[in-house]
Amino acid sequence: MSNRYSRQELFLKETLPFRKKRALIVGAGALGSALAETLVRAGTGGVTIIDRDYVDWTNLQRQQLYTERDARDQVPKATAAKQRLQSINSEADIKAVVADAGPEELASLIEEQQPHILLDGTDNFETRFIINDLAQKYRLPWVYGACVGSQGISCVVIPGETPCLACLLAVLPAEGMTCDTVGIIAPAVQMTAAFQGAEALKVLAGRKEEIRRELVSFDLWKNTHSSINISSLKKEDCPSCGRQPSYPYLSAERRTKTAVLCGRDTVQVRPPEGRQFHLDQLASMLEKQGTNVKTNGLLLSAVVSGKRVVLFQDGRMLVHGTKNISDAKKLYQQLLG
Amino acid sequence: MRITVNGKQEDIKLARPTIADLLTQYSLQEKTVIIEANGEIIPKDSLSSTHLKEGDRLEIVQFVGGG
Repeated sequence: MSNRYSRQELFLKETLPFRKKRALIVGAGALGSALAETLVRAGTGGVTIIDRDYVDWTNLQRQQLYTERDARDQVPKATAAKQRLQSINSEADIKAVVADAGPEELASLIEEQQPHILLDGTDNFETRFIINDLAQKYRLPWVYGACVGSQGISCVVIPGETPCLACLLAVLPAEGMTCDTVGIIAPAVQMTAAFQGAEALKVLAGRKEEIRRELVSFDLWKNTHSSINISSLKKEDCPSCGRQPSYPYLSAERRTKTAVLCGRDTVQVRPPEGRQFHLDQLASMLEKQGTNVKTNGLLLSAVVSGKRVVLFQDGRMLVHGTKNISDAKKLYQQLLG
Repeated sequence: MRITVNGKQEDIKLARPTIADLLTQYSLQEKTVIIEANGEIIPKDSLSSTHLKEGDRLEIVQFVGGG
């Protein structure tokens, strides 16, 4: 068998630089799929991928590992991803975890799997801030990446060297711009995953001096690209990466809380403190995609994915017609990111 | 006034515009952004006191959450 990595080796001038490396990919959606495929094809020895969701027809337009059959059978994404990845590269040690990526789940995966890098394939800021804290706690590099519409953004966080996500963003953004509210085109995913994937390869190959130190963003529809040197934004007193870190997003009060409201067939989803929502903005966004929305300034009500939801200004949401906490949480993050 | 925003030439027709005014024009006033003007990051609390001038080079990065 001829060497499957010959073209990569020609470029890197190194044989099998990734063979003894493992990546933990959080999320097996569009970015997670693309990142996993890149790393597995490159010959990364181990890839662990965690996701709580199953494959749906609306995923097929951009989530490259999945097929109609996966959607029809509602296969959990991590499971379907593993099957496809293993058929791409039988040498890779792929571990699929079907679970909600909370602080405890991710911490135990890091301890058990000993990854060399954490990769962001999530669709919400809350999980990204958990990854950000864990990356600092375990001194692991992580690569932020996100996309929506025709836009994308990415940067590399290296503990002790670069600013972290909490240095860049003091609070969780509360904009409600997600793939489910404003849509997305596949090239925005591919471009974001390409920025993330290239940095992941540099990190795993130990090419430190070549890692990008800028925050990069682009819009493929408006044909714009920007890149900002963020090194001056590193904060000495940052709660996640500063001198005395408290890792705020690993503690319980910063987490989305859910409760089933007894006898009402309703789940209440309560976001971490400090998020303020612009209900009018969210209402007009939902209207644009054809959802019937009512808002009185204090609360917004709409029917989304067949369920009636009521959102309050403080970010609390009631999801009616269900007692299933994970369904309600998923709907919440679909709408609000 | 002509400035460059994210690598593209823009003609701004506002009188004595600040960076905050520009963000409003782009409907980004309530979004999470990091702004660099002529190579320097502009702190959030200075956006409405920093005036734009002819030939300024701005980079606007908007944080998004999807994936």
